[in-house]
Amino acid sequence: MEKITNFTMNMSAPTITTAGPVTAPLFGLGIEFESARDLYHAAEKVRDAGYKKWDTYSPFPIHGMDEAMGLQKSWLSALVFIGGLTGFTLAITLEFGTSSFLYPLVVAGKPTNLFTIPAFFPIMFELTILFSALTATFGMLALNGLPRWNHPNFNWDRFNKVTEDKFFIAIESSDQKFSLEKTSAFLNSLGGSHLTAIHEDCNNE
Amino acid sequence: MDQHAEHNSQLSPDNQQLPLHHNGITRPPLVLNKRTMGWISSYVSTIVESKTPLWWYISIAITSPIALITPLLLIYLVSTGVGVWGNNSPVAWAWDITNFVFWIGIGHAGTLISAILFLTRQKWRTSINRAAEAMTLFAVVCAGLYPLFHVGRVWKVYFLAPVPNSNAIWQNFRSPLLWDVFAVSTYFTVSILFWYTGLIPDLATIRDRCTTKIKKFFYGILALGWRGGNRQWRHYEMAYLLLAGLSTPLVLSVHSVVSFDFATSVIPGWHATIFPPYFVAGAIFGGFAMVLTIMLPARAIYPQLHDMITPMHIDKMCKVILLTGSIVGYAYLMELFMAWYGANPYERAAFWYRAFGPYWWAYWSMMFCNVISPQVFWFPWCRKNIFVVFIVCMFVNAGMWFERFVIIATTLARDFLPSSWGMFHPTWVDIFTFIGTFGIFTTLFLLFVRFLPMICMFEVKAVLPEANPHYGEDH
Repeated sequence: MEKITNFTMNMSAPTITTAGPVTAPLFGLGIEFESARDLYHAAEKVRDAGYKKWDTYSPFPIHGMDEAMGLQKSWLSALVFIGGLTGFTLAITLEFGTSSFLYPLVVAGKPTNLFTIPAFFPIMFELTILFSALTATFGMLALNGLPRWNHPNFNWDRFNKVTEDKFFIAIESSDQKFSLEKTSAFLNSLGGSHLTAIHEDCNNE
Repeated sequence: MDQHAEHNSQLSPDNQQLPLHHNGITRPPLVLNKRTMGWISSYVSTIVESKTPLWWYISIAITSPIALITPLLLIYLVSTGVGVWGNNSPVAWAWDITNFVFWIGIGHAGTLISAILFLTRQKWRTSINRAAEAMTLFAVVCAGLYPLFHVGRVWKVYFLAPVPNSNAIWQNFRSPLLWDVFAVSTYFTVSILFWYTGLIPDLATIRDRCTTKIKKFFYGILALGWRGGNRQWRHYEMAYLLLAGLSTPLVLSVHSVVSFDFATSVIPGWHATIFPPYFVAGAIFGGFAMVLTIMLPARAIYPQLHDMITPMHIDKMCKVILLTGSIVGYAYLMELFMAWYGANPYERAAFWYRAFGPYWWAYWSMMFCNVISPQVFWFPWCRKNIFVVFIVCMFVNAGMWFERFVIIATTLARDFLPSSWGMFHPTWVDIFTFIGTFGIFTTLFLLFVRFLPMICMFEVKAVLPEANPHYGEDH
């Protein structure tokens, strides 16, 4: 880790530390906060400044943070609904398909037509739950882009406190509003500490 | 350590207002002694990170040979024949199904704590849910062994999967036994998903704290690259909510389906509509007792857990045991009433033989353990005294086993025709296979305590007062 001090023009320019290989492309700028409250209010300011490609990082989900970041409700529930419907349809097909069409089997005097449906409810229920739960778990991982074992944030040594008791904001360089100078000055004005330029891994060499 | 000190000093002025105020009611703090977030991570992770303690080696040296008994006896069973178990006509379902229902019942508390208490916003669940969920999984593992080998020819067990046999005949989807296959396997799968989803952020905590490369590698793989970004938390919280919402009806359905195995038959003593709610209440009752049975020793071994698993937690679990125990007691009495009021001579006889027949001792043990013993929890002193709580929980564990034995073995022993009556006597294989499952259960739990975070750290942090983004602000 090395220090870059003093941006040329601005006297009050913040001190930026770099993380990751300096030669690699810049991933973004990160800053650290001490509490959920500070992070929450900083997030509101980043949202209002119009940044899009950024995130807040915290050891636990913070109540109301979606609103502070200007995020919509997760649409994972829609995926899960589709998953549940798939399980339900599968159960109906499996039960009626086999017991009414492929090999109608009269057991305990129960009919093979639609009126046998009460005896089919438990499996319909179980498969609906099973498929919904699988969709909820794997859908969540897919929407989060996990598993992904490498990430530029991991180049930042302070970032490993994110799972313990520190709070971070990182604005990515791919954001349209991003400029190293302005964004770093803006982040510095939010009241955090350890402003850091995070670089990607040199994987394109 | 200096960082923690720094953190402490920062929070100390605010710590004076720790009791949470909601609608003018002062609630006791969920985490005692004003612990900080850093303390929670360090303490819970230290259990995993520190050198393996001697007691752990001693315990696992005892439990793992016991755990080995079950697979060895199952090999003996398969290679010799099902006759090595005591099951015989008329008691064809005996200890194996008793033990299956016993273990699957224990497996209900974990998901109940995780799902139902989550949906009802019972924040105190956060410090016990992880261990309870782990317990659920291990109990279901023990439970699953029994029906698997009860089928007799275990190498033909794939017949249960929905594939037609060689005569193109499909499974009977109207059979409660097949419902059971679907219910138990769904329950096991969903419990694993729920448990693992809850573990991901905590595995990331351990990954970030690891000092050795090997540990970092393994915990890193398990943590799936979790970064704690709010764009991740947003989907994560939704997934957790949905899993809780799905598990709630599931946990109620599993033991209902298990009870259908009995209730849909025409055997006197089994053919009862009260079975599903009665079984579910019993499962929660027995499950909570087992949670306390393993949490109290864990709490004794790791004294610092006292700040997270507080007397309030034990008090609340005792109240759940009292409530569900009373529901179970009501169900026992209602069964007797229905047997009398139903005026079916066979039904009346079945209950008469339960209470005064050859298995009277099992019936009255069940009554004492499940109905009488939890009533001491009406007294706050008993809920506060760890020894009383532990003893009552042991009674409940035993009582719930007796309940299943009473329902299964004593009912089958005397059905319609006196000429077909018979007694069930367990063989040594029955007895040791059951003892072995306790070895499996405790060994898995010891491994869990050693290698995975026992307490859900991120959720405990989230219930600290300073986790509120408006903490310290005036509303």
